[in-house]
Amino acid sequence: MIKRLVLVLLLLLVSTVVSAETQEMLSRPVIDGYSTPTAEFPEPRITAMEYVDVAVLAVALGLASYFALRRRSRRALFLLTIFSLVWFGFLREGCVCSIGSVQNVALALGDPTYGISLAILGFFVLPLGFTLFFGRTFCSSVCPLGAVQELVALHPIKVPTWLDRTLGLIPYIYLGAAVVFAATGTAFIICEYDPFVALFRFSGSVNILILAGCFLVIGFYVGRPYCRYLCPYGALLKLASKVSRWRLRIPPDECINCRLCEDACPYGAIRPPTVAQVDKDRRAARIRTVAVFALAPVIFGVCIWAGGMLGIPMSRLHPEVTLAERVRLEETDQVEGTTDATDAFYNTGRPRTELYASARDLHGRFTTAGYWFGAWVALVLVVALIQTSLRRRRTEYTADRGNCVSCGRCFWYCPAEQVRLGLIEGVEEAIEVRSKQPG
Amino acid sequence: MTAMPDDKQNIDRREFVRNGTRTAGAIFLAGFAGVVAGRKGRADETVWQIDPDVCTTCGNCATFCVLDESAVKAVQCFDLCAMCDACPGYFDLSHQERTTAAENQLCPTGAVLRTFVAEQAGVPRFEYYIDEPNCIGCGKCVEGCAMMNGSLYLQVRHDRCKNCNQCAIAIACPSQAFRRVPANSPYLLKKKARDVVERKGREA
Repeated sequence: MIKRLVLVLLLLLVSTVVSAETQEMLSRPVIDGYSTPTAEFPEPRITAMEYVDVAVLAVALGLASYFALRRRSRRALFLLTIFSLVWFGFLREGCVCSIGSVQNVALALGDPTYGISLAILGFFVLPLGFTLFFGRTFCSSVCPLGAVQELVALHPIKVPTWLDRTLGLIPYIYLGAAVVFAATGTAFIICEYDPFVALFRFSGSVNILILAGCFLVIGFYVGRPYCRYLCPYGALLKLASKVSRWRLRIPPDECINCRLCEDACPYGAIRPPTVAQVDKDRRAARIRTVAVFALAPVIFGVCIWAGGMLGIPMSRLHPEVTLAERVRLEETDQVEGTTDATDAFYNTGRPRTELYASARDLHGRFTTAGYWFGAWVALVLVVALIQTSLRRRRTEYTADRGNCVSCGRCFWYCPAEQVRLGLIEGVEEAIEVRSKQPG
Repeated sequence: MTAMPDDKQNIDRREFVRNGTRTAGAIFLAGFAGVVAGRKGRADETVWQIDPDVCTTCGNCATFCVLDESAVKAVQCFDLCAMCDACPGYFDLSHQERTTAAENQLCPTGAVLRTFVAEQAGVPRFEYYIDEPNCIGCGKCVEGCAMMNGSLYLQVRHDRCKNCNQCAIAIACPSQAFRRVPANSPYLLKKKARDVVERKGREA
C-alpha cells in the first residue's frame, strides 16, 4: 500500500499539468483538432416485453381455467404446463413472477417513492382475480415454479394429515415475513431464496442451485413441496380459492362414491365423504373450539409480544441499521479499523447523526412491523386451530377448495369421466376391475 | 332425521358467506390495484444502478451477478480523464517497467485500451477506453483510477442487465451502492463528473 502511495505521488510529480482551480484533480488537456469522445449508454432493454408477458399470462390463465373446468383435459393442462415452463421459466427466465410481485406491492405500500410497474401489478392481480372465480388454475399450469414441480412429481407419497396441515402454515408466515422485509425496503427474500429461478437460468449461487436440486429430489416423492409448504403467493391463492365461484370437480356430474379417485391426488387434496358425527365427537369438538377461543387472547398476546421483540433483530437485516451500528462502534472506539461499508459511508460525507436518525426510524418501523407480524402469525395459528374442530359435511369425494391446484390428475380415475369420454360403457365396468384387484 | 332441512339451510348459509366474501374480495382487489396503480405517477418504473460516489470497488459485481458475465462494466467518463501517460487505472503499479505488456496492466482481462492522441510539450497524451465485451466488472481499474481523477467508474449496463426483481449484487454490495433508479434516467454520474459536465455545458 505504501509502495503504491509513493508511486502515485511520483506519478503526480511526473504528470505536468496541475490546474490551479482544482487542486485535487488533473484537468483534461485541450488538444487541437481532437474532440472528446462521448461514452455510450445503452437504453434499458425493452420494457414492452413485460406487457407481452402480462398478455401471455392472461391468455394462459384463461386457457388453464377452460381446460380444468370445462374441457376437463389433463393432457391439455399438461401441454400448457410445459408451455408455461418454457415461456415464463426458461425464455423469460422466471422474473418477474407473480410470487415475487407480492414484495413489489408491499414495497409500493411501504415506500411511497417506489413506483410499481403496471406489468408487475398485473402479475400480482390477474392470478388472484382468476382464482376468485375459477380456483387455483394459475398453480396448475401457468406458474413456472409449479410447472417444474408438476413435471417431477412422479412418485408422490401421502403426507400424514397432521404434518401436511402443520407445514401448510409456513407459507402464511413466510408471506408475513416477506411483506415486512419488502415494505421496510430491506430485501426481497422471496426472490433471494427462490430455488427455481437459478435453475431456469442455469446460473446462480451454488447454494441456491443445491437448494433447487433438493426441491426437485424431494418433489419426486412429495408432490410440489414448494407450492404446498413455502409458496407465499400460494397462501394468498389458497384463501381466494376457498371462496371461488367455480372449481374443479372430480366427477363430470355426480359422484358415485366408488373410491377409485381416493389416492389419485399427488398433493393430498382429495377429501373423502364425512361419516356422520357421533355426539361424543361433537361435544369434544365443541370443547376444543371453546378452548381455542379462550386461548386466543393468550396466543395473540404472546405472538404480538414476541413479534415486537423480533423487531430489533429483524431490523439488523437492513443494511442501514447494520451500518449505523458499526459506525457507532467505530465512533466510540469499541472496534478497530473500518469495513467496506463504513469506508463508503465516510466517503459520502453524510453526517453521522443523519445515519443514526435513519437507523432509529427503521428500528421504530421494524418494531411496529414486528407487532403486526406477530398478530398475523397469531391469527394464522388461531384460525388453523379452529379449523381442526370445524365440522364439514361432505357426501361425495371432493377436491379441497384451498389445496387443490387444478392439475386434473384425478379426472382419469373417475369411472363417470371414462363413461363421458366413451372409453367404457358404464361405471360398473371400472368398479368391477377394481374389485378384482387383490387388496 | 330432522337434519335434512337443516342441512339445506346450512349449505345456503355457507354459499351465501362464500359469495359475499368473493364479491368483497374482488372489489377489494380491484380497488387495491387501482390505488397502487394510481400512485404510479409519483415515480417511474425502476432499474438497478450503482451510485459511483458510494461504490468501494470491492469486486463483488464481477462475481455475484446472476449472469455468467456480469452486467456491471467499467465506464469511462472522458470529460474527467486527464489522459495521463502513467495511468494508475491502466498500469499495475507494483510493476516497475512501464511497458504496455500484459503483466504490467492492471486489468485482468486486458479490457482497458489506450490510444495515443497527441504529444503536448513532450508529454504523450492517451485516451483510455473500456473494451466492453472483455470487461468483467471487477473494478480494479476503477480502484486504480480513483488515485487520480477517478474518471473510470462502474455502472450496470442496461443492455445486459436482466433487471431481476431482487438484484443479487445488491444483496452482496457492502456499501449500499446499488439502488433502484427511474428507468428513464438509468445511469448515474459521480458528483465531480456532474460538476465537470455542467461547467462544460456552461462554457458551450
